[in-house]
Order: sequence, then C-alpha cells, then structure tokens
Amino acid sequence: MLSYALRTLIRMVLTFFVIVTIVFFATRLSGNAIDFVVSDGITSEDRELLIKYYELDRPILTQYFAFLRSFTDGQFGLSFIERRPVSEIVLERIWPSTQLLLSAVGLTLLVSIPLGIAAAIWRKSWIGSAVMMVAFLGYAVPNFVLATVMVLLFSYWLNWLPVVGNGTAWHFIMPTVALSGVLIAALTRFTRNAMLDVLGQDFMRTARAKGLPENAVIVKHGLRNAGITILSVIGLQVAGLAASGSVVIEAIFAWPGIGDLLVSSALRRDYPVLQFGVLTVALAVIVINAAIDLAYAWADPRLRHTVKG
Amino acid sequence: MTRIPLLSVENLRLNFGSFEAVKGITFDIAKGETVALVGESGSGKSATALALLRLIEREGGHIAGGSVTLHGTPDLQLSALSDRQMQQVRGNRVSMIFQEPMTALNPVMTLGDQVAEVLRLHQGLDATQARAATREAFERVKIPEAERRLDQFPHELSGGLRQRVMIAMALACRPDLLIADEPTTALDVTTQAEILALIRQLQDEIGTAVLFITHDMGVVANIADRVVVLKRGDKVEEGPVADIFIRPQAAYTQQLMAATPKLGSGAPKPLLRPAAPVLEVENLAVRFPVRRGLLPGGHLDYHAVGGVSLSIAPGETLGLVGESGCGKSTLARAVLRLIDPSQGRVRLEGREITGLDAAEMRPLRQRAQMVFQDPFASLNPRMSVRDLITEPAHIHHRLSRRDRRALAAELLEKVGLEPAAADRFPHQFSGGQRQRLCIARALSVRPALIVADESVSALDVSVARQVTDLMARLQAEDGVSFLFISHDIAVVERVSHRVAVMWGGQIVETGPTEAVLHNPQHPYTQRLLAAVPVADPSRRDAPRPALPALQAPKLLLPAGQAPVRAQMTEVSAGHFVAVQDPASALLAGASGHMAGAAAQGDSPQAAAKDRFEQV
Repeated sequence: MLSYALRTLIRMVLTFFVIVTIVFFATRLSGNAIDFVVSDGITSEDRELLIKYYELDRPILTQYFAFLRSFTDGQFGLSFIERRPVSEIVLERIWPSTQLLLSAVGLTLLVSIPLGIAAAIWRKSWIGSAVMMVAFLGYAVPNFVLATVMVLLFSYWLNWLPVVGNGTAWHFIMPTVALSGVLIAALTRFTRNAMLDVLGQDFMRTARAKGLPENAVIVKHGLRNAGITILSVIGLQVAGLAASGSVVIEAIFAWPGIGDLLVSSALRRDYPVLQFGVLTVALAVIVINAAIDLAYAWADPRLRHTVKG
Repeated sequence: MTRIPLLSVENLRLNFGSFEAVKGITFDIAKGETVALVGESGSGKSATALALLRLIEREGGHIAGGSVTLHGTPDLQLSALSDRQMQQVRGNRVSMIFQEPMTALNPVMTLGDQVAEVLRLHQGLDATQARAATREAFERVKIPEAERRLDQFPHELSGGLRQRVMIAMALACRPDLLIADEPTTALDVTTQAEILALIRQLQDEIGTAVLFITHDMGVVANIADRVVVLKRGDKVEEGPVADIFIRPQAAYTQQLMAATPKLGSGAPKPLLRPAAPVLEVENLAVRFPVRRGLLPGGHLDYHAVGGVSLSIAPGETLGLVGESGCGKSTLARAVLRLIDPSQGRVRLEGREITGLDAAEMRPLRQRAQMVFQDPFASLNPRMSVRDLITEPAHIHHRLSRRDRRALAAELLEKVGLEPAAADRFPHQFSGGQRQRLCIARALSVRPALIVADESVSALDVSVARQVTDLMARLQAEDGVSFLFISHDIAVVERVSHRVAVMWGGQIVETGPTEAVLHNPQHPYTQRLLAAVPVADPSRRDAPRPALPALQAPKLLLPAGQAPVRAQMTEVSAGHFVAVQDPASALLAGASGHMAGAAAQGDSPQAAAKDRFEQV
C-alpha cells in the first residue's frame, strides 16, 4: 500500500509539472502580456520600463525557470490590479469554493444513490422509468440554464432566496442545486447500471439463500460492491466539477470562490492571478483524483492485494 | 430402515414466462438421505433446486402449481410461505451451495464476515461468538489455517477452498436439508474427490439430508442414495442408486449412462507407422512478468509453461490432460503463436514458426486452427453462419459470394448440420450445434492440425459424445491431427492415440493412451486417475489408495531463475515419465518402471498394470 501511495505521489508531481509548463507557455502564446495590461496611450519608454520591471525582456526559458523557482520560495508575484501577492488573493478564495463543492457532492450522493438503486430494483415498473426520465432531462439541462431559471423563479418572482454571495445557509441552496444538477443525473444513471450489474451476480443469490431480508441483501451485499464502481466515477465527476462547473456557477451567483476569481481576472487580464488560480485548480483536481484512486484501491480488496504485492 | 420424509415435492410445475421448465414432478427426500437430481441442461434440475428455496422468482420464474412441504412440527408448506417466513427457512433449515465458487461469494466481504452473517442472523450470536463459531465451521470443513482465513477475501483462495467456505456457510446452522447445485462441476477432479468426501462425512456427522444436483453419473454413483432422473421438465425415472445403475428402466437413463465417459473403456490404438510430424514442439517455455522492479529480486516472472516438448503425427490425436492452472491453455496458445513463447521452438509441418513476424505467420495460420471451450462466446452473434464458418477461408483466399455459399453448404454437411443452417445466426443453435459450427469454421481452411481447448467441457455428456465422435470421423476422413486439451481424463481416453499429462507447467508423463492410463508412473498421474469418480455405486465404499499429497513446483520466480526441467525417462515403448530424483531414475532404468506405482488391490490401474507386466 505504501509503495502504491508513493507511486501515486510521484505521478501527481509529474502531472502537476506538465500542467505548470503548459500553463506557462500557453499564457505567453498571445504576445507580450504588458500590451493587455496597460492602456493604449502609454509611451514606448514607459512600456520598456514596465517590461524590464516584470522581467519580460529576458529569454523565455529564463522566465520559465524563474517561474519554476517561485514554487520553491513561494513568491508568485503581485496582482497587476490589486498590487497584492497573488497567493494571498487566491488562497482566500479556496475555502468558499471548497464549501460549495462539498455541499454539491453531498447533495449528489444523497439524491442519486437512493434514486439509482430504486431505478435498478424497480427497473421494470413505472418507478424505474420515471427516475430514468428525470435523470435524462437533468442531463440535458446545462447548469447555467438551471441556475438562471432558479434565480428567476426563487429570487426575482418569489423572492425567497438570496442571489449574491455566500453569507448564509440560504445562499447555498441555488448554487448547490445548480452545480449538482448534471452530476445527479449522471450519477443516478451510473448507480442504476452498477446496481443492475451487481443484482445479477451469483453472490446476491447466495446472500438470499442465507435468509437475509431483501433490504440487507441490497445494501450490505449489493451496494458495497456497486459502491466501488460508483466511487471511481465520482472522482472524475468531482474533479470535472472543480475544474469547470464551478467557474460558471460561481460567476452567476457572485460566489467569492476561485471560479469567480478566474473569470474576473481573465476579464481584467490580471495574468499573475489567472496563472496561479489555474494552477491551484489543477492541483485540486490532481489531489482529488489521487485521493479517489487511493480510496478505490483501499475499498476493493482485490486491488488492495495487488497494491500490497 | 424406515424412511422418515423430510421434504415432499408434489406435482411441482415451474414456468419461466410462458415456458414450462418443470412439468409436474413428484419426489421426496427422507431425513439424512442423499437424493441426486440428474439431468442435462434444460432438464429443469436447477430450476427445481431454486424453487425449493423460493429463489426462482428472482431468476424470472414462478411456481405455477404443486407444492413443496418441509416436514417437521409443524409441517411447512414452502411453496405458500410469505417472504419473511421463507427468510427464516433459508440458510437455517434449508441451505444451498452453488456451482461457481469463484462468483458465489461476495468479493468485498471477508470470508469470516460472510459466514458469521448466517450465524448472527439465525442464531442471534454477537460478533465475538459468531467469529468463534465461524472458526469452528471452517475447521469442520477442514480449511487449513482457519483463523487466518477469517480475515481473507474470496480472491485470495483457490476454487476448492472457496467451495469449502460455501459448505461451511451452508452447514453453519446445521440445516435439515442441503441443496447442492453442481457443487463440484467447476472444480478439478482431485478437488472434486475431496469435496465429495467432505460432504459425505459432514452428512454423517450432522445428519443433514442432501439434494445433489448434477449431470455427472460418476458423481451420482459416489454420493447418492436415491436418484431422480429429469428430462425436459419431466421425471423419467426414480429409484435407489444401485437399481438405476444396474437396471436403468427409462431409455433416457440408459442413454445417459452410455454417454457418460468411463475411464478404462478403451482408447484409440496408437498409429503404427507415423509419418513426419505435423507439429513438433521443442523445449517451449512461456513466462509472464508479474511484477516489474528495478531492484534485484523485485522482478517476478510466472513460468506458465516451463520447457515442454511434444510432437503430433498426421492423423493423430494427442490428449493433453491437466488441472486448471497447469499451463495447458497457455501451451496451446503458444503453439499457435497467439502468444509469443519466451523460449523454445515450434515447427508446423517442418517449418519453424517461432521467429516469424505477423505477415510471415499469416499464410501459415490456415494450417493450424483452434476450437475454443465456450461455443457461446467464440461465435460472433451478429454474423450469419455462412459468413462465420467461411471467414477463415475468405481471409486467406478471397472467396466470391457463390464460393462462400458452396463452401458453407459443404462444411455444414461435414459436421452434420442442415445446409439451410447457413442463413441463420448463432443464437438459434444449441451449445452442441455451435461447437459443430466452430469445428466447421476450423475446417474451412483444411488445416493439418486443430487445437481443441476444452472444446467439449461445456457440453452435456450426450452432446459431448456426439462432438468427439464427429472429431474422430473427420480425422478418419481427412487425416487431420488434433491437440485435444481437457481436464477430463475419461474424455481424453476416448479420443486420444497418445496422452501427455501436464502439471506445474511441464509434461510429467506421456505415451500411448493405454500405456499411460493403465500403468501410470508419475505420482501426479496416479493421483489424477485415483480422483476420477467411478460410475459404479457398489464400489464407492471401496478404500481409495492413500496417495501422498504432492508439493507443486514453484512457478513464480525472481527474474533469471527458471523452474528445474524434469528429465524424461522411457519406461516402455514411447511411454516417458518425468524423473522425480536421480536415484529413482536409476531404478527406473533398471527395472523398467518406477517405484511407488499404482495402487495395490484390485483397482483397475493395478489390474491393468499386472496385465502390462505379463506382456
């Protein structure tokens, strides 16, 4: 297990290194960053001065290594706009984003696993069809549409829920639902399929032959097996949510998280913040993936064994 | 002895949708008795077993009529109980073990928890008590290192041990009746013998009655007190086991008996003057990297095949026998270059094929074809029979539509199917017919050699018989050679001119079939033969020769190491055996056969050996 964790760690570091490299060169593909930052009327002397100040005149590889060095000394530079260290700006955004992500994942699990199991058990009755129909619709509605409709309904017309910020528990409701909508649909379908696979397995028959009541058969023997497969997709879905889904939703609800920060700094061409923000999200995705990998290996005794080997 | 009825089945009818799987059967089981429910696939025997525990509804069937009564105080009519009442019967008064020990246990729960679950459920034990009781249950079914097994998972155990866990689970609450649905069919023959002995012994200890579902008459002879024979949902015969074997009344029972392969019923004579071999395998080895590592000792190889030499003459069948994991299927694939051997040479019709690349290999592929075990998985369900069976020929010779049609008709006739079958699809055929299609496909390129890997193992005995008869006929007509791989010695005996016994990745004994089977020299061959169930109930209490357990060679080795190659020594014309150690090799050289050969007494091997020595 330990050597498996070590290998996972090495893989994480390598992945992150590749992403850092891509982010660095990609942001420099669109020309000199200074031109996006300063206003048009600047004199060429001032421009040269600024370029020198931000060390943008040095060879690109030198800049790249300087950038890499910033990971060792923790100096990621200042925001063009706010004149504060970017690490400070980004770090204060992490917790709100994490809160939103956790509540979305929690809601997803609470809703989609029971629904998926129900759809599998009653696959031939109207319950199964109804669940799959709703899941299909949920899959078809993009999260920003869902968010907009909710804002119209619950805030504009009914005036029940607040729209902007994360001040109270009420603030969580709409962003959480909007963020988990597609995820619930996807995971319901997946849980149903994973359960259907398991329901047909021989060991389920063995469990019934033992005299276990049906709900114990389903939960204790069925869900425990289906859970392992479900876990593997949750990882990917959550990582996807952290990477892209929350950007739109946070922007819509002005949620003070990283997604909102990425959008605003991109619009303001605050490249140091953007760059560091993207890398933070990338790191989060890598960490979530690795955590799910380890959890998966731990949950499946067959893997745990090979992992030990 | 008066029979006290335990379970009565009256006029039981089972339907799957509108299909009548069981059409009103009546039988009963007495206390402590073993009743064998015998029949081929589609006979309704498994459906009956599931219906007794009312698990059939879960498989899409239902009880359409009749009744099942479990006698006691009070009598319980199982067929009319509620779900909740039935739960108190299952695993407690009536329990069940299944065919597939590999899938019947929950892969993510420890073995201890799975067995303890039954005890906690029905006997109300707490966790500590249940664990202790589970350990006892494991010890009762002779699972070695019972304490350690409690915390292991199913995948860490062999099939035989898993089946023991299943038995421990089923017998944990000392049920009145154990239903065993083909419990040994998926196991190796030596493991089967152990499990059968275990069930009989536990039955004596606990007094449980057993309903034993099987298609294997050899197993029936070994375990049953009474036999119920089913055919397509009808009971065709019922009686004490001795009567059924000595005086089978129904034509179907007689057929079933005749089709059951019996060891010692004669093998094809070895070829007199074999021509230049079709296939020559020399020192072939296959190893798979199991774990890669840079540190010394970190890299492990699994030596699936460790240095095998064999040859097959034109028109000859070589039977390759061995238990699961012995490397026989790997050998078959390496011979056909479906996987690359790590060492050794393969010559097909005199041409070496080991070094050839894919393009050079392609034209030679038509000379050697393969027929696989599972006729349901090895035919593409979306292709018509015509396209399927002529595909190899089409790949090699680009046939026109008309040629393909003509070839399909010719091939179908050859394997005994209607030419009209060409327009149909695989799902419209039975298992036996599909295996005929697989053979037809192999024949489409007129190969010199057909490798048949467990090709009749998934078929009913009567169907298997027809397929092996077909192979023999094709061999007589076209002179095609077979490498016939099977774990079933009795089937191998019926079709093979020569046999090779494989164990631990090597051939430990080879020679003319009669010579090897009647005069087995290697301890493993002897064990294998002794474990085959004898289809004669009067002999079941005859003491079996006690053969020492064999230490299997280690096949998982650090890089650079290889298993020790066994030296072969000739004990009679063409009969070679692997030498155990140099001393017995000398002995073998001096006296013509090795010490410690077959059993004493009047076992068929010993009798045959006496005959052998007089010659």
